[in-house]
Amino acid sequence: MLGLGVDRLQADINRLLASLFHQGVLDEHFLQLQQLQDETSPNFVYDVINIYFDESEKLLRNLRLLLMDREFSDYKKIGLHLNQLVGSSSSIGARRVRNVCVAFRSASELSNRPGCLRGLEVVEHEYHYLKNMMHELFQLEQQRLLAAGVRYPI
Amino acid sequence: MVCEMETDQIEEMDVEVLSSMWPEDVGTEADKQFNVEKPAGDLDTLKEVTIEETPTIADLTRLPDLLNSTHQGTSQLTNLVKQWEYMQDNAVRLLREELKNLNRQREEAEAKELKIIEDYKFESNEPENLPVLDETSDLFRKFRQKKRDALVDSKKIEIDEEFDTVAYWKQKALSLEKMLKASTERERRLVEKLHESLKTMESHAAPVQELTQNLKRAEGFLHFILQNAPIVMGHQDKDLRYLFIYNKYPSLREQDILGKTDVEIFHGGGVKESEDFKREVLEKGKASKREITFTTDLFGSKTFLIYVEPVYNKAGEKIGINYMGMEVTDQVVKREKMAKLREDNAVRKAMESELNKTIHITEETMRAKQMLATMSHEIRSPLSGVVGMAEILSTTKLDKEQRQLLNVMISSGDLVLQLINDILDLSKVESGVMKLEATKFRPREVVKHVLQTAAASLKKSLTLEGNITDDVPIEVVGDVLRIRQILTNLISNAIKFTHDGHVGIKLQVISEPSFASDNSLNADAEVDNNLTETSVWIRCDIYDTGIGIPENALPCLFKKYMQASADHARKYGGTGLGLAICKQLVELMGGQLTVTSRVNEGSTFTFILPYKVATSDDYSDDQDEFSDMTDHQSEPDDTTEGYFQFKPLLGSIYSNGGPVIGNGFLPHKVMLTTSPIKLINGFVADPSNNTGQSEIVQVENGGYVDETKLETSSGHCPESAHQYENGNGRCFSKESESCSSSQASSEGGTLEMESELTVSSQREEEKAETNLKESSKPKILLVEDNKINIMVAKSMMKQLGHTMDIANNGVEAINAINRSSYDLVLMDVCMPVLDGLKATRLIRSYEESGNWNAAIEAGVDKEILENEQVCVRSTNRLPIIAMTANTLAESSEECYANGMDSFISKPVTLQKLRECLQQYLH
Repeated sequence: MLGLGVDRLQADINRLLASLFHQGVLDEHFLQLQQLQDETSPNFVYDVINIYFDESEKLLRNLRLLLMDREFSDYKKIGLHLNQLVGSSSSIGARRVRNVCVAFRSASELSNRPGCLRGLEVVEHEYHYLKNMMHELFQLEQQRLLAAGVRYPI
Repeated sequence: MVCEMETDQIEEMDVEVLSSMWPEDVGTEADKQFNVEKPAGDLDTLKEVTIEETPTIADLTRLPDLLNSTHQGTSQLTNLVKQWEYMQDNAVRLLREELKNLNRQREEAEAKELKIIEDYKFESNEPENLPVLDETSDLFRKFRQKKRDALVDSKKIEIDEEFDTVAYWKQKALSLEKMLKASTERERRLVEKLHESLKTMESHAAPVQELTQNLKRAEGFLHFILQNAPIVMGHQDKDLRYLFIYNKYPSLREQDILGKTDVEIFHGGGVKESEDFKREVLEKGKASKREITFTTDLFGSKTFLIYVEPVYNKAGEKIGINYMGMEVTDQVVKREKMAKLREDNAVRKAMESELNKTIHITEETMRAKQMLATMSHEIRSPLSGVVGMAEILSTTKLDKEQRQLLNVMISSGDLVLQLINDILDLSKVESGVMKLEATKFRPREVVKHVLQTAAASLKKSLTLEGNITDDVPIEVVGDVLRIRQILTNLISNAIKFTHDGHVGIKLQVISEPSFASDNSLNADAEVDNNLTETSVWIRCDIYDTGIGIPENALPCLFKKYMQASADHARKYGGTGLGLAICKQLVELMGGQLTVTSRVNEGSTFTFILPYKVATSDDYSDDQDEFSDMTDHQSEPDDTTEGYFQFKPLLGSIYSNGGPVIGNGFLPHKVMLTTSPIKLINGFVADPSNNTGQSEIVQVENGGYVDETKLETSSGHCPESAHQYENGNGRCFSKESESCSSSQASSEGGTLEMESELTVSSQREEEKAETNLKESSKPKILLVEDNKINIMVAKSMMKQLGHTMDIANNGVEAINAINRSSYDLVLMDVCMPVLDGLKATRLIRSYEESGNWNAAIEAGVDKEILENEQVCVRSTNRLPIIAMTANTLAESSEECYANGMDSFISKPVTLQKLRECLQQYLH
């Protein structure tokens, strides 16, 4: 890597983002997130997304544990977890995750167990898809940063 | 029976060696064969043959006439006469030889007699004994005379003197007489023989007999030769009526043929031709051959080689033709087969060489392309180096001129790089490496996104619009990436050449174009997928109001490296490959790209592509929870909206002109309600209106907010008081630091980051505060449990130039408010421990009562609050803004009922936050 593919990488990143937007995986909040990143916090997006994944992973784990329990009845707790997930997802602009969470939450409010289970699966699916995409995006971003960061002695 | 004797063979003329009956150039092999044959050995068979009655059809009465009246006939007779003369000569020669022999015999006899006389010397004077046969004996007589003369004298003397006895003389006379007798006898025999020989000569002298014999032999020979030959021979008169004919396989009787013409005898193909041919020969007077295929009822389809020669009479007038035909059907078939084989062979060879050539060319081309790709690659690397260096150079300190030069350098370098990328792309397409993918996509969204992207980078005041007719399916299957590439390319092209006015995309469904109907591949594909999918042809126009393209430049528009003119290339740049790539891509997908243009009025690029459409079955299958929740319902506008417009200088690239046409909306909706998960649907419909609703609410709130502003304006007056509190605030943040770190230790690893975050922000805050001690910086408290939201909100605040404190739940918020005074509280509604509504209520009760009793009652840590009660002071109403995710539990009414001043719907955007701060902080 001589640091010469910056433009190409940027194009790749844009293409990936475009496709994610196109699929509805992301929405404008993600762009906002990117706009919030500046020199003082160069890794802002990365950090936020990372925390989001950590948190969400935990939440999903809890949700699964709760739902797997046979004598489970604490739909309220599920609702709380889901609120968290909805909140953070909408903050980072993970539109599809948010939407499926909302659906999940409405099922939990109706104490609809099968609906909850299905909702959980859908949420997990969407979550993993998002995670993969984000992973790819960050990798590209990292490469781009590396490429852009190359400076030659003058 | 006709005999055609070649006149030029007279020299070798012999009975045995008959000249060929055939024209010289027909079947020479056979000729030789017959010529070497010795008739002597075949005489016996000849006899047999001649005895046989051969199936000859000939008008014998006319033959002599013919023979007498034509050249051929004359020459035949001449031949026979000459032959006869030759034989007579031969006979004379033989007779002479015999005569010679006889003479010799006589001489011998005489010599013997002389000898005898000499032996008996006494006989001397017999003068009578003289041969008088002929002149040859004269010499002999003279010789004998001399001898006798010499001898007689002595003898006579001797006899006279010695012998006187009568007996002796008697005896002598007797013996002499005997000898004389014998001699006379011999003479007589000779004369007899001579007579006899003369007689035989006379008997031989009758030439007719001889000729007849010869003729017979010739005829026999001809029969021998011809009896099995597949030959038809004939003679026809001037009117082409048969005078006689010989046919080995006669299928017609003599009377059926003679006196008739071909046309009268046969019917069918070839007859006329042969007739014409004969007539032609007759007219030209020159013998010739021709192959004619007859197709007659009589003997089917047969090919004959026909030789026709004209016949002249002695006066040199044409009196008819001789005609000879030989069936060569098999040979012709074979020959034709051979010719065909040879032709095939030649064709194959030609094809082979052609193929070889093609292969060679293809190999060369591939090699060239490979080389081009490699070259491009090789060029790219160092070029990237140059451009990269130039870019780095541009970051250093340069004067204006240098910078200008450098910019030119960079842009040229970029251009070359782009060119090389395009070349690589193109060679990919051309070498067939490029693979197309079939993915489901929504044309409306694609158009919208392409326009959005174009609008985002738009530097001109152009209106971008997208127009999609209702009949375009919501979802189609195609290679969306390539289609986007084409669209983007064409749009950016259009924008490049348009200075004002508008640029747009128009999609419409058309019937199958004519060029596609003969595209068998496509047809196949259609048949294949007929069961599950149907095809639709969508026409896409990309139109602009730009400079247009002159008509003479249109043909080379899609050629590689071609731009409409050199001027344009200079003015607008570009590689000239874009359109070529577009065209190739479109054609690769089975479509067609065309252009119409008018100078100074604009151009329209049109591409027509086939797409597959999922059938309704397929569609409903697709309607699982996923797509339902994620796409269809959350944004019904997006899928059916038919019109987008991006006006110049719009703030956000996401605001579009709004759905002008939304016809597709209704059926779509109906479909959704019939889908299985009604409950979810019913709910999900809500957030889809999220933004719109919240906006309305905000507007409504406008009035309310104004009131609160009036109300709180007094509260904002003692700014110094707030400043005074700053020190206190710092104290709080330290506490909060320790608090959150203790939290971290209790809750585990993941919280560490958050605590660090708070710490760092607090440090920043400290720094900011120390730096700007005297500035009137508003204090903001964010009450929020969601770490992500905290981070985002914090970052937004930073961008807006504010810092803020964080509380993780209602209790922390109360504690914070108790310790420090804030200008604004952003309160999440939904929180663990103590939710935002309750916390607000407690805060309001504190503001009213001046104590935290209510809070203590509610279970908030008593000690802390009591400790802080020392610094109880009269406070003004603190603006508390709810942050709501707009769920059922967080209705706006509830927020207002609990004492909140306003609310921001989540997720928070910078815009909303800015508006809010503007409203409450000034």
